[in-house]
Amino acid sequence: MIEVQNLTKRYGAFTAIRDVSFSVAPGDIVGFLGPNGAGKSTTMRILSCFMPASSGSARVAGYDVFRESMEVRRRIGYLPESVPLYSDMRVAPYLDFVAEVKGVPRSARKRRIGEVMDRCLIADVQNRLIRNLSKGYRQRVGLAQAIVSDPHVLILDEPTIGLDPRQIAEIRSLIKSLAGEHTVILSTHILPEVSMVCSGVVIINQGAIVAQGPVDRLVEEFFPTARVEVEIAGPRGAVLEGLRAIPGVLRIDDGSLAGETARFMVESARGRDVRGEIFQLAAQQKWNLLELRPVGMTLEEVFIRIVAGEESEAVTGKPETSTEAVS
Amino acid sequence: MRIWPIYKKELRLYFTSPVAWVILTIFLAIAGLFFYAIFGNFTRVSMQMAMNPMGGRDLNVTDAVLRPLFANLSVILLLVMPLVTMRLFAEERRSGTIELLLTYPVRDGAVLVGKYLAALTLYGTMIAATLAYPAIVLWVARANVEWGPLLTGYIGLLLMGGMFLAVGLLASSLTENQIVAAVVTFGILLIFWIIGWTAEFATGTLGVVLTHLSILEHNDTFAKGVLDTKDIIYYLNFTFLALFLTLRSLESRRWNG
Repeated sequence: MIEVQNLTKRYGAFTAIRDVSFSVAPGDIVGFLGPNGAGKSTTMRILSCFMPASSGSARVAGYDVFRESMEVRRRIGYLPESVPLYSDMRVAPYLDFVAEVKGVPRSARKRRIGEVMDRCLIADVQNRLIRNLSKGYRQRVGLAQAIVSDPHVLILDEPTIGLDPRQIAEIRSLIKSLAGEHTVILSTHILPEVSMVCSGVVIINQGAIVAQGPVDRLVEEFFPTARVEVEIAGPRGAVLEGLRAIPGVLRIDDGSLAGETARFMVESARGRDVRGEIFQLAAQQKWNLLELRPVGMTLEEVFIRIVAGEESEAVTGKPETSTEAVS
Repeated sequence: MRIWPIYKKELRLYFTSPVAWVILTIFLAIAGLFFYAIFGNFTRVSMQMAMNPMGGRDLNVTDAVLRPLFANLSVILLLVMPLVTMRLFAEERRSGTIELLLTYPVRDGAVLVGKYLAALTLYGTMIAATLAYPAIVLWVARANVEWGPLLTGYIGLLLMGGMFLAVGLLASSLTENQIVAAVVTFGILLIFWIIGWTAEFATGTLGVVLTHLSILEHNDTFAKGVLDTKDIIYYLNFTFLALFLTLRSLESRRWNG
């Protein structure tokens, strides 16, 4: 549905994105993840036909964003990061304007706007001036204008920024419910959002893609180990010795606080479950096993590992081999 | 071409924000003051002439009221019209709404024409309200109004205003600052207003060209009741050139790779 190849955008001497390539399958929700200034908005502006790329190509819904921009624009819904709305208009007339411009037929318009307002939970403010709306409502009006024409592809730049936790949950479930019939690409710098909402992720840093693929595969890729958190009421040194002796344990981090019981993070090869052996160890030594808990790898750690890896390589000047993109 | 929704939106924005109301009020207040002064003067002179059996022969409403009124209206428009158009593109650029507008399935040309027609509608409302003055002359003062020069005078006003709006739209498309847009519009219009004055010192072809370029030069003939194709073409040319350049300015966003 979205195919991007070797996309590069330069502003004068500054290169905002370079050689960006990725693709999104129909019906998927893909998170575009990166720190601020990584080139997320630039990519989205090119995909939405707002500005051209310096080189490379992008196709949305089968049409080239530059040569067949009108066809692309008929099939997308776009929400820019700043949520630009006409502040002197009221919500319902504004949505009516957007629906008309986007070619929703007159007969279907009223019903469609009603549906979209219900879906985005803005029906209660439909007669208010947009300038008087709170950030959360503005965001949802912005989302409503993106989906009002029922487009094939949704391009959402930071759709949950500035919302309160309840609104974030609502918007996320709304976006999730759009999957299947719509293809969604959303940018964010909030990592849990990607794991919660998206099926795939594209990680971008300093204008270049550093990793992409399904979320769980990326975690496996960058964290080939499994971790278990252990708390044992016993002498710290002896516990550490015992844990080290277990075959398959690769690394142990001491997480205990002064004066407390021994608390360790045990890292082993993925697929090698050491929990049984830890229990046996405690039982043999007659230590009380207070906690034994597998710790999942979060996307956040993947992200930090990738971005930090990038930076240390930039310092030492080594080629980017360990962080090569997967697809 | 989806001109209609753009047109409706612009008109709605004019009238839901104070912009249109303030411009209408100020314009009509100043125009009314001019009319009051000119018409008051006309009645006074008429009274004096009535004492003189030979006087009053050459006195008529067209020359003594409508022509100076149209001339004065033109000067007010020179000041007010930049304010009508300044927000049309500059505000969209400043607030970022242009990013959404230009990614909707609507051609740049349709956006431009929609906005231009909305501004023209507001302007039409402004000058339609001034029809009250000839009506006052006709009904209250029971003086005779010549319909021909009145009609051509308004055609002239419409053509000139249309040109002012096109120049304003061009300036507005070049900046995201509304004040800059207004000042640039006013500057361009004023230069073309007075460019004929320099023609006095230029000789030959240059003088003719400079005179022809002057807005002032083409302005008065309409109020006299003359429809000269030379003047009509001047205004239409200027209007289309400005609109064409505005379209290019909108498209230029897609040029710089």
